[in-house]
Amino acid sequence: MGSTSSTLLKIPNVEVLMQETGFSPAHIIRLHDRFKALDKEGRGHLCPQDFGAIKELAMNPIGDRIIGAFFSPGKETVDFHTFVKILAHFRPVDKDRPKEPNSPEPINSRSNKLKFAFQLYDQDKDGKISRDELLKVLRSMLGMQVTEEQLESIADRTIQEADLDRDEAISFEEFRKSLEKVNIDHKMSIRFLR
Amino acid sequence: MKLNESVMELKMFLLVLGLLVGTGSPDMGSSQGKCSESLVQGPQTQENRTHTTHSKKPFPVLSFGYDYVRLPFEISLWVLLASLMKLGFHLMPRLSSIVPESCLLIVVGLLVGGLIKLVGEAPPVLESNIFFLYLLPPIILDAGYFLPIRQFTENLGTILMFAVVGTLWNAFFVGGLLYGVCQLEGHRLVTVDLLSCLLFGSIISAVDPVAVLAVFEEIHINELLHILVFGESLLNDAVTVVLYHLFEEFSSVGTITVTDVLLGIVCFLVVSLGGIVVGAIYGILAAFTSRFTSHTRVIEPLFVFLYSYMAYLSAEVFHLSGIMALIACGAVMRPYVEANISHKSHTTIKYFLKMWSSVSDTLIFIFLGVSTVAGPHEWNWIFVVATLIFCLVARVLGVVGLTFVINKFRIVKLTSKDQFIIAYGGLRGAIAFSLVYLLNTDHFPKRNMFLTAIITVIFFTVFVQGMTIRPLVDLLAVKKKQETKRSINEEIHTQFLDHLLTGIEDICGHYGHHHWKDKLNRFNKKYVKKCLIAGERSKEPQLIAFYHKMEMKQAIELVESGGGSKLPSAMPSTVSMQNIQPKKPPQDRALPQLSKAREEEIRKILRTNLQRTRQRLRSYNRHTLIADPYEDGWNEILIKRKKMKELEKKISQMNNYLTVPAPPPDSPTIARARLASGEMAGKNISFSYFYPQAWGLKSATESIPSIKVDLASPQSPESVNIVDEIGMKGSQPKVSEEGGGLTMKVPSPTKPRKDQTTDEDNDKEPQQRLMRCLSDPGPAAEEEDEDEPFLH
Repeated sequence: MGSTSSTLLKIPNVEVLMQETGFSPAHIIRLHDRFKALDKEGRGHLCPQDFGAIKELAMNPIGDRIIGAFFSPGKETVDFHTFVKILAHFRPVDKDRPKEPNSPEPINSRSNKLKFAFQLYDQDKDGKISRDELLKVLRSMLGMQVTEEQLESIADRTIQEADLDRDEAISFEEFRKSLEKVNIDHKMSIRFLR
Repeated sequence: MKLNESVMELKMFLLVLGLLVGTGSPDMGSSQGKCSESLVQGPQTQENRTHTTHSKKPFPVLSFGYDYVRLPFEISLWVLLASLMKLGFHLMPRLSSIVPESCLLIVVGLLVGGLIKLVGEAPPVLESNIFFLYLLPPIILDAGYFLPIRQFTENLGTILMFAVVGTLWNAFFVGGLLYGVCQLEGHRLVTVDLLSCLLFGSIISAVDPVAVLAVFEEIHINELLHILVFGESLLNDAVTVVLYHLFEEFSSVGTITVTDVLLGIVCFLVVSLGGIVVGAIYGILAAFTSRFTSHTRVIEPLFVFLYSYMAYLSAEVFHLSGIMALIACGAVMRPYVEANISHKSHTTIKYFLKMWSSVSDTLIFIFLGVSTVAGPHEWNWIFVVATLIFCLVARVLGVVGLTFVINKFRIVKLTSKDQFIIAYGGLRGAIAFSLVYLLNTDHFPKRNMFLTAIITVIFFTVFVQGMTIRPLVDLLAVKKKQETKRSINEEIHTQFLDHLLTGIEDICGHYGHHHWKDKLNRFNKKYVKKCLIAGERSKEPQLIAFYHKMEMKQAIELVESGGGSKLPSAMPSTVSMQNIQPKKPPQDRALPQLSKAREEEIRKILRTNLQRTRQRLRSYNRHTLIADPYEDGWNEILIKRKKMKELEKKISQMNNYLTVPAPPPDSPTIARARLASGEMAGKNISFSYFYPQAWGLKSATESIPSIKVDLASPQSPESVNIVDEIGMKGSQPKVSEEGGGLTMKVPSPTKPRKDQTTDEDNDKEPQQRLMRCLSDPGPAAEEEDEDEPFLH
């Protein structure tokens, strides 16, 4: 199809992108269309307001965290590459891909998915989810329906359950361990991005 | 020892059998209870009328009038037999680990049937309307009420594919090939026409929920496979109903046109969707009714059962799918009903459902065995063997073919091991038998042959497949069910991930699974919950309910663990070691003595739970406080306990002061109150209500609550007994606060879920009641995940 290949050519470094993320050309094009739709002013990159314009995202309790995840620290804009790379985390896992030796772990591996989720909790990026960070998340999820003491006791209990090395915070390994029974491959995948 | 037990079992069994056989022809299916006059009546009336014609018989002290009770007596004997058999099997663990219960029950049925035949009576047959109206609904309701909704909806597409397309494929494959075989065979079978074969195929192709449940329960397979096979067995009912009626209608005519096929498809949609709608309507009615049952807790379970049964019957009236109606009813009403009803009702519902479904299940299998002996049979080698082979082949081909298609759409694909188990788990059961039994012999001259063939297939699947599936599951190392409960971590993170995925879907502009689920949840929270859940519970987030359930379970575990001093590791580490000696009135000496540490733990848990109840309490009204001592006394206890603790602490600290001018900053209660009052812009906190002499209700301008304790009152501090306030009439000012986080109102629906055992006397020491409450084991002690159905 002539249009697809010409669209593909317009995107810089598209082969590298496809190889890194594992998306097929059709997906890249679909995501590119979405990117352009979000980028209303046609600047070629997105800023937080563009994300904020998505209505449903505004109603999401952790909407601002998700938006924040797209922007690497210090940067104010998201270009198409970063956009695709972040969304690649949610690709369903390909079980049949042959494991090439020495190739880096694919972005949508279980471990990387969990790391992405972990980073959403861990806003100050110290590698641990502290009690305060957990409280913030609980507060945003449960909102005004719950008293502060309840939130605190839930947070205490959560940390106590997961915290194996007794440092009053949840590290990535502990996070991973507490979710070992949950089918992350299924839970953190969007079919559309296959 | 074991030998003695099994000998005793055998004796009991023989006794019951003897009773059964000896009570005349147990014609259960068709006999009506004859209320014939007992012998006691006879001579007397005769005597009154004619003095001369009869010589006076001596007054019969003891007489025998069996016909009067015959029907209920026989039914009870059968149920007793079924239950004793179940008991017996579990006393012989070696046997029950090899052979699934369903097989043993069929064998028992065969034996009983054989015995009855030996005696010379006609064994009862499993009448279809008894089966469909009385034996099947409890099992289905049990399955539907405890259906794991999350897994079910996640795999709904797959389940529907297997149920609809799979069953259709099976029906036509088996029916068509059988017709071919019949034509080829020649003289005896050539009369069987295409429609009869198709009808037979459609009856036999449906996977049976009863058999699947019975076998899969025991092998503890992983949830995905369980829900796939089980869901398929439930949803294929609609297909079976439509095909059955379609072919039955037209078998008399002899031909089917294209319009009929189209009508059949429309009928299928009507049957399935109609069934679901009927079920959902009754479910909503039940949920709505349960909103008002706070004063008549005793009949709450009855509503659940009645509405569900009515849903089933209503659907059957219109020939809609009764099974789907029942499932829809149970699944729809469950979240709302559980929020409204009391803990005891919840327990009652659960245990009644399990009990009924268990008894039904047992009776079905026994009767299957008895009916086999009863006949009538017509054995035809070719037909039966062909049926068997075609069924198996069709199942395998169907599963493999469908999985190939389904895997293109699934995120987590089905492996070949999964496919094998799904194919192997396609058991046939009593529904097929009953459907064939319903066939009219005039229209279907070969009905007996069908019956024989179906029984053979059922026996084969239940015995051979049922017995071998367990070793095969072990051999193939199929993933088993994970026994542990969800932790609070999982709960929180799963919700977090749900929100995350919804957000990502929104960013992608893709209206996927999560998007619609989120929309549904929001709709549910905003409108539906408000209508169907009483009182404050409607606003409770799911996470909080989960958390409280966990905490309660833990508190109960703590008490039940008895003498051990080891604290469970999940206890919060910040246990406040307030060494408070609560004043025990003399009658308390009889209480079991808990160690101090454990008491603290319990208090800690209860205090944390208390915060929640405190949040919900709005206006104090002495009437509501007294009105429901059973249900809401739990909250009372917690509150009073708390207050008493704080009060006593104050008292012990301050000997000379008459009032506490300002609370010490480190008092946890007051700190929290301050926090809360800070949040609520300094509303008046009515702590003062609970203290015996604290009449001073400050105006709303005070931001810090003041606790007034008047020690110089006639009531000495030692006998401070908060509960006395309840007895005080009229002297307490009514405290009503709206929106305040710390005012009191007893919530009308009950939560936490531990009801106080019947204790009307509010004057007893709260701790005593507390202990009694906590010592009631209840179902929570069984550590079972309420979502999983079990039939043991």
